[in-house]
Amino acid sequence: MTDSLLSVHDFSIVYDVDPPVKAVRNVTLELQRGEILGLAGESGCGKTTLAYGVQRLLKPPAVITSGSVVFHDASGEDVDINGLDPEEMRRFRWDKISMVFQGAMNSLNPVATIGSQLEDVFEVHRPNLTRSQRRAEVIELLEIVKVGAQRFRSYPHELSGGMRQRVMIAMALALRPQLMVMDEPTTALDVLVQREILRQISHLRHEFGFSVIFITHDLPLLLEISDRIAIMREGEIVELDTAERVWTDPQDEYTRTLLASFPRLTGERGVVHR
Amino acid sequence: MTVLEFDAVTKVYSVRGAGQMKALDDVSFTLRSGQTVGLVGQSGSGKSTIAKILTQLESPTSGEVRLDGEPIPRRGKGLRAYRQQLRMVFQDPFASLNPYHTIRYAIQRPLELDKVVPKDKLDDEVRRLLGRVRLDGDAVIDRRPHELSGGQRQRVAIARALASRPKLLVADEPVSMLDVSIRLGVLNLLADLQREHGLGVLYITHDLATARHFSDEILVLNQGRVVERGPADDVILHPQNPYTQELRAASPDPDTYFAHAAGILGGEK
Repeated sequence: MTDSLLSVHDFSIVYDVDPPVKAVRNVTLELQRGEILGLAGESGCGKTTLAYGVQRLLKPPAVITSGSVVFHDASGEDVDINGLDPEEMRRFRWDKISMVFQGAMNSLNPVATIGSQLEDVFEVHRPNLTRSQRRAEVIELLEIVKVGAQRFRSYPHELSGGMRQRVMIAMALALRPQLMVMDEPTTALDVLVQREILRQISHLRHEFGFSVIFITHDLPLLLEISDRIAIMREGEIVELDTAERVWTDPQDEYTRTLLASFPRLTGERGVVHR
Repeated sequence: MTVLEFDAVTKVYSVRGAGQMKALDDVSFTLRSGQTVGLVGQSGSGKSTIAKILTQLESPTSGEVRLDGEPIPRRGKGLRAYRQQLRMVFQDPFASLNPYHTIRYAIQRPLELDKVVPKDKLDDEVRRLLGRVRLDGDAVIDRRPHELSGGQRQRVAIARALASRPKLLVADEPVSMLDVSIRLGVLNLLADLQREHGLGVLYITHDLATARHFSDEILVLNQGRVVERGPADDVILHPQNPYTQELRAASPDPDTYFAHAAGILGGEK
């Protein structure tokens, strides 16, 4: 048996509106320790709902109607995420599973330095650290994501979009989580910056050994960064396989449609009828 | 035949405390009816400065922009008439459509301002335009932007851009906010409209794949300078300039990536 980090079994989420929307339907998957799992699909397919749902980040009207999510902690303990009380959940998040949100680089506080915002994480989750220890942690983080310690006192507007996104990755990395969920982390960036950040994520993953759930609708990009890819449609995973097999030998009809839907950099001309 | 000439344009901004910043440095290109010129480069390369100068939101520091041989009027009726010939489609259709107004209002405004059709024909014309962008007029005309999907909103923005029957369209990242799976649909719509109306399109993007498939000619901009130009396939498939090569290497390309992985081409994975 391989080394599983997260076991999702028969997981369903309904948005309890009128009429109810079944956003995630009976999803079962095993996330391996250290792997990058890509979640792909069109807008509204449930990929974001699923990724938020496994960490119970959804608010009503979203309701988890079935299934279980078990986190296999590095300590050997199995944590049933649905069984945690609010205080345990609060401590669990960020510590074990952290999140890089969509457009996150615009969600930094504009009137606080990035250093103080990073320190907040330790103040809340590592209350035993002294002030100078906190500072040392933050400086190390800024170095790890190659923003540089000298940016400690910078305000968000003084950094480029790519730099801000690195700060967000530093924040997610702060407590050395075992899983990072990234929702469209590079969508707003241009290709060169995007490539640099993807390299960095891949490098950090090898260094720290965390797993990544990477959500994007950018299938060409996902194919290159992921170890395995789950293709979602209308709340269901229609195909789950290694990136290479999804690309070279897609089994599901919908996967084939999705793969044919984007213009390929080096593909035949004529996909745009001119 | 409409011809837009962007002739040796330089744009210098004065930045407080930092001296002068050359946003564009001696940039020239020509855009003709029915043709697409792709403008690629990363953030800050000067792509949007070109769009701003074309729409006369900014004036060139030196150089000139001419439409059919005539310089762009700086103000007044002449500028209005020029802008009727050249319209923009922006990146974010949520930001470019006023959330308070209905789709009908968004498209009717340019029709009224430019007196495209008589008042009693406005409703017909709005519906006709919605039809042109493959939207169901009855279903969307009285809705507001938040009730439509991203793709539908971008189609509305395109319908609005076409309302004044322009000859040229400046499309600044028109599909980058849309799902990868519907980008081709919107690009094909633009290509169809271009054929039918003989539109000249300036396609501004950082996405090399769509630039290649949609453009006849591509200009690569880096720090305000054109570093490479030529037929789309030549520039993207056989880039000569190191910067273009860097852009090309950074662009996702599963075909090449998995060919490497399988060892067909050898080299690094």
